[in-house]
Amino acid sequence: MLNYFLKRLLGMLPTLLIVAILVFLFVHLLPGDPARLLAGPNADGAVVAMVRHQLGLDLPLPQQFWHYIVRLLQGDLGQSMSSQRPVSEEIASRFLPTLLLTLCSMAWSCLFGLFIGVASAVWRNRWPDKLGMLIAVSGISFPAFALGILLMQIFSVQLGWLPTVGADSWRHYILPSLTLGASVASVMARFTRASFIEVLGEDYMRTARAKGLSPRRVIFKHGLRNALIPVITMMGLQFGLLLGGAIVVEVVFNWPGLGRLLIDSVENRDYPVIQALVLLFSCEFIVINLVVDILYAVVNPTIRYR
Amino acid sequence: MKNWRREAALKSLPTLDQATPQPPIREFWLRFRQQPVAVAAGLFVVILFIIAIFAPWLTPFDAENYFDYDRIDQGPSLMHWFGVDALGRDIFSRVILGTRISLLAGVFSVALGSVIGTVLGLIAGYFEGWTDRIIMRICDILFAFPGILLAIAVVALMGPGMSNVVIAVAIFSIPAFARLVRGNTLVLKQLTWVESARSIGASTTHILLKHILPGTFSSIMVFFTLRIGVSIISAASLSFIGLGAQPPTPEWGAMLNEARSDMVMAPHVALFPILAIFLTVLAFNLLGDGLRDALDPKLRK
Repeated sequence: MLNYFLKRLLGMLPTLLIVAILVFLFVHLLPGDPARLLAGPNADGAVVAMVRHQLGLDLPLPQQFWHYIVRLLQGDLGQSMSSQRPVSEEIASRFLPTLLLTLCSMAWSCLFGLFIGVASAVWRNRWPDKLGMLIAVSGISFPAFALGILLMQIFSVQLGWLPTVGADSWRHYILPSLTLGASVASVMARFTRASFIEVLGEDYMRTARAKGLSPRRVIFKHGLRNALIPVITMMGLQFGLLLGGAIVVEVVFNWPGLGRLLIDSVENRDYPVIQALVLLFSCEFIVINLVVDILYAVVNPTIRYR
Repeated sequence: MKNWRREAALKSLPTLDQATPQPPIREFWLRFRQQPVAVAAGLFVVILFIIAIFAPWLTPFDAENYFDYDRIDQGPSLMHWFGVDALGRDIFSRVILGTRISLLAGVFSVALGSVIGTVLGLIAGYFEGWTDRIIMRICDILFAFPGILLAIAVVALMGPGMSNVVIAVAIFSIPAFARLVRGNTLVLKQLTWVESARSIGASTTHILLKHILPGTFSSIMVFFTLRIGVSIISAASLSFIGLGAQPPTPEWGAMLNEARSDMVMAPHVALFPILAIFLTVLAFNLLGDGLRDALDPKLRK
């Protein structure tokens, strides 16, 4: 198991390196002189030259990259152009709300998706299946921002049950995580259903039934465990969707998180913050994929011994 | 070591079974016709395309430059079917013209992504070896960014606007198509007719275009349809957060963003764009599901 873990960890490094190179090149891909961009539109030639020297932009590219990596490892992500604070500080205060929001959404959508998926597979082609799949196809067709506005209109404006914007209490989390998780729950439901139907047709399921086990035991002990293997991988893939979706949902609910920060910095052309956030989101995604790989090996022992 | 994430991603795509050749078009149509929901969705999609093509002639009012200051924020009426927005513009006209924008964005970006992805997938699957490894590595890296993040980065680089959004959305369709086509090519190239074409000396381009591409066409079609829904949502999301179409363009996402400030007074301004985008994406998804069921050999049992 440890061996497998180390192999996966090492396999992650090339991807991380390439992502870091791409993010590093980001500022250089921008049209125009990066030093001029970073110095701001009103800077004169002397200031631009100073900024260029200060940030090391007059060095050759490989050397600049080396400095970038060294500073990254020291936790220095540069300075925000709009607030003049270190980017790491800006990000630190926004990190927790986004993390909590994604985790809440992931938790409810996986549980709900699994439940709908199993119910649909067990009562295949009957009304629970039809209802479940109707909900699921609607869920993947409803854009997060539209669903968020609709839910806010119904539950906050019309009924007044829940707060509209902000992240102050647990009640603030209900609507955003419902919105964010809806599409993931739908994908999970459809995927679980397909996976479970395949498992239901396997020989060992017939054997389990034939030896007189109760239907519940057959479904949960023999069926669900095997059906879960592809579902867990799908969970990892969905997490990327959730991270991306969080950006949009945070705009709808004016959430004080990383997504909101990203959109604000794109609007303000605050490149150091954009750069740091793109790197952070990608690293998060890569780490989550690693966790999913490990989980996968826990559920399915045949992988470990290859 | 096998890449399990890629395997799972492939499993969720409409791939081919080795033992089952493509059903002929007539058989496909017979099975498609038996699904009333998919047929209805298909009809709806056809109507959407007609609306998109003839949009400028179908709008009762000018979508951007007609202002009815006497009826600001008024609900639906005989004159303004979907009501009037906060600036006095006719929402029905704007939704109709928005159909054209969203459909264009969805179809164009998926078409661009599918062509590039298909070429890459054909090459990777047919030649294997190092070409395959390089192409799949690039796809893995593109997959290392959440799609919308990639799009935001592209827009941050190239500036906001609908054409940049189309390019951004196309970029994150590429790896999915490349994987799908590569998987199918790996299966198809071992079939007898490809083998015989190769043995009578057909050129590689000829084999790829005439013998392998047609074989993978049906799964491309299914994925294409399903992908349009995703792309419409992505493009509208980008417009909603202010990075895509800019006001006063009647793009559905941009319309919703404008409607947000006036939700308490005039909820109908947001309702109709929401309905339009939901029904459009739903129709593409139901059509895609129907096509897949009609083409999926597993269901024939």
